[in-house]
Amino acid sequence: MTKKSLCTLFVSALAATFAPTLTAADKDTVKVGVLHSLSGTMAISETSLRDVLMFAFDEINAKGGVLGKKIEPVVVDGASNWPLFAEKAKQLLEVDKVAVTFGCWTSVSRKSVLPVFEKDNGLLFYPVQYEGEEESQNVIYTAEAVNQQAIPAVDYLLADGKKKFYLIGTDYVYPQTTNLVLLEYLLSKGIPIENIGGGLRKDAEGKVISAGKYTPFGHTDYQQIVAEIKQFAASGDACVINTINGDSNVPFFKEFAASGLTAADCPVASLSLSEDEFRSLPTKDLVGHLGCWAYFMSIDSKQNDKFKKDFFAWLETSTVPGIEKANRVTCSPMVLSYDGVYLWKAAVEKAGSFDVDKVRKVLQSGTITFEGPNGLNTVEKNNHTKKNVYIGETKADGQFKIVKEFSQVYPQPWLKGTFGSK
Amino acid sequence: MNSRISKRELGFGLAAALFLLAVIPGLNAFTPETSPFHVSDFSINLWGQYLCLSIVAVSIDLLWGYTGLISLGQMLFFSLGGYALGMHLMLKIGKLGQYKNDLPDFMVFLGYPTLPTHWEPFANFWFSAFAVLWVPAVVAAIFGYLAFRSRIRGVYFSILTQALTYAACLLFFRNELTMGGNNGFTDFKTLLGHQLANPATQRGLYIASALALIIVYALCRWLTLTKFGKVQRAVRDSENRVLFSGYAAANYKLFVFVLAAIISGVAGALYVPQAGIINPSQMEPSKSLEAIVWVAVGGRGTLLGPILGAVGVNALKSWATQAIPAYWPILLGGLFVIVVLFAPKGIVGIAEQIGSLFKRQTKHSKEVSRE
Repeated sequence: MTKKSLCTLFVSALAATFAPTLTAADKDTVKVGVLHSLSGTMAISETSLRDVLMFAFDEINAKGGVLGKKIEPVVVDGASNWPLFAEKAKQLLEVDKVAVTFGCWTSVSRKSVLPVFEKDNGLLFYPVQYEGEEESQNVIYTAEAVNQQAIPAVDYLLADGKKKFYLIGTDYVYPQTTNLVLLEYLLSKGIPIENIGGGLRKDAEGKVISAGKYTPFGHTDYQQIVAEIKQFAASGDACVINTINGDSNVPFFKEFAASGLTAADCPVASLSLSEDEFRSLPTKDLVGHLGCWAYFMSIDSKQNDKFKKDFFAWLETSTVPGIEKANRVTCSPMVLSYDGVYLWKAAVEKAGSFDVDKVRKVLQSGTITFEGPNGLNTVEKNNHTKKNVYIGETKADGQFKIVKEFSQVYPQPWLKGTFGSK
Repeated sequence: MNSRISKRELGFGLAAALFLLAVIPGLNAFTPETSPFHVSDFSINLWGQYLCLSIVAVSIDLLWGYTGLISLGQMLFFSLGGYALGMHLMLKIGKLGQYKNDLPDFMVFLGYPTLPTHWEPFANFWFSAFAVLWVPAVVAAIFGYLAFRSRIRGVYFSILTQALTYAACLLFFRNELTMGGNNGFTDFKTLLGHQLANPATQRGLYIASALALIIVYALCRWLTLTKFGKVQRAVRDSENRVLFSGYAAANYKLFVFVLAAIISGVAGALYVPQAGIINPSQMEPSKSLEAIVWVAVGGRGTLLGPILGAVGVNALKSWATQAIPAYWPILLGGLFVIVVLFAPKGIVGIAEQIGSLFKRQTKHSKEVSRE
């Protein structure tokens, strides 16, 4: 090959990437975006959501689709790379022109795509528990808001006679904001400030602005922190609210058990550990500790049994590339993803259109409901969903024994500063 | 190496510059969306980002290809530039954020009542723009001075640069630093009064990125032709000889290292308003390693190669994360292995490689026919 022909090759390749992608617009399908990390650090959690979404699409398509159109998923990989999330969101909205997108797990990925959805007036369904303090017109939060997870967990522990709360989490936005809200909530419930453990952050004037102990991502050394908790829990009426993310839970619970603390004398309520995480974490040291979610795999209901049966049967025959078939479980983020698809379908059918403005108007009317594996879901005016909340005790097999149900909790994304702390 | 730029190269360069600066934005602005020649707003934004990344690649080539310094932390300087401008963009959001508060959102959720003092000057654009230059420069100068004075070379230098970016990454992850922690900066609204959501603003940023790339390329090309460039290459090939010839090799290296840091900082500042987010994951060592891969794929020591490598690899990544989302890491990884094994001089070197193969063959066949 001569230099010249190499140049022409390069130029034509360049031109090809600029040319608009010619899509054979099939009139009988509607494009739907799936925006999750299929590679990188978040892939282990987010791939499960891709799977359950594909399952929901197949289920709907088998019954005739939405408004007579088959769902055509456009799956992209955000690769745990936050600028790439924004790029992929732009691509879904501007190039593929999807009707709706289901996606994101981490807060940072949601924050990264938010400006794109607002600019292009897209619609995103977000399924993972989050810190609240956000209410975009372009996002439907099927996820648990803080008052649908952390607050019920605290209520449960208060009712259980706990008087001291130790707050620990990974240093990022979700634990920081959750603990800030919990600090205000606990103070409003009459818990004195010295009974809130983990450390207090004060501003220049010495006023307490936040609480909690924070460790970096991937932290492994919890010896000192657990020693502190042990001292804190010596009075016997203490508990821990744990927002540690991912792998760091293993050394934390290992150290916790090694120090002689048990779930009986100091229960740990974990807000970021679901059944899916237990596929890769040993549960031995977690038995008896608490979890709090809008769904547990162990919920005993007709809808849940059918969902689990159909999903596992679908997994067996699935041809989705790279899908994992063995040892699968269901968990809250998965079910809330699944619910999102059906809530969107209901809204589209009621609106009689895929148009984002029309669908949003119907969603915000407060009349769109879906009876899912987790119970009834209702989209409220604030773009969040009303749903049941459950407290469960971890069992050795990575499942939860449900010990308490809060029925139909109304979502409140804006909690900071609402409790009138003393 | 020829110390003059040939007319042919100048012609090619001007044509490429014209294409990047006028043809692409022109097609974006003046052709209707239905035209087959139309460049969409999406494409122009994406290519703006590619061009910023290729500026980083050029800065790495200046270090690696011409001076023999493998910096495995170049994305640190990129991020510092990005953060410096990001601070300004955050302050310009004003009451348009989620909390309708003058403070950046992340400060509200962390409970800060007022803006920390060190943030205040960043409300001024020119202060921020200047910080884009001097912050990476100062960090590079301090690190470089200590490293080069202690004659840290080769792989030890590379490991230290990697450690530096990792340390910075961990530091920026901490919310106490008041730099947004894991979420970093996002949800930018305006730059110099222009709406960032506006296609014209994005086109302007693309043109600025293209212009920056052309200037950086021309500067590096010129620098490598000067006497300074000769010393640079001498340092690469045999640093001890340079020392014994009476040159202060450390000073040359320090200058190149600081210059490369400034170049990367500028690239970062141009990248952030186009990508819409900057967070500490950009400082993870893997990001800097990725940048090294662009240079290796394109062909180091050529200045042009790294640009082709950065644009090529990133365009491939954009395409593959959509077309084959489950398998793209394998495709990209496979490509890198093939390049390292079979095309050590990268894309730019392939033509030469094929040429020499062809020459050898004809020579061989001549010999055969002679027998």
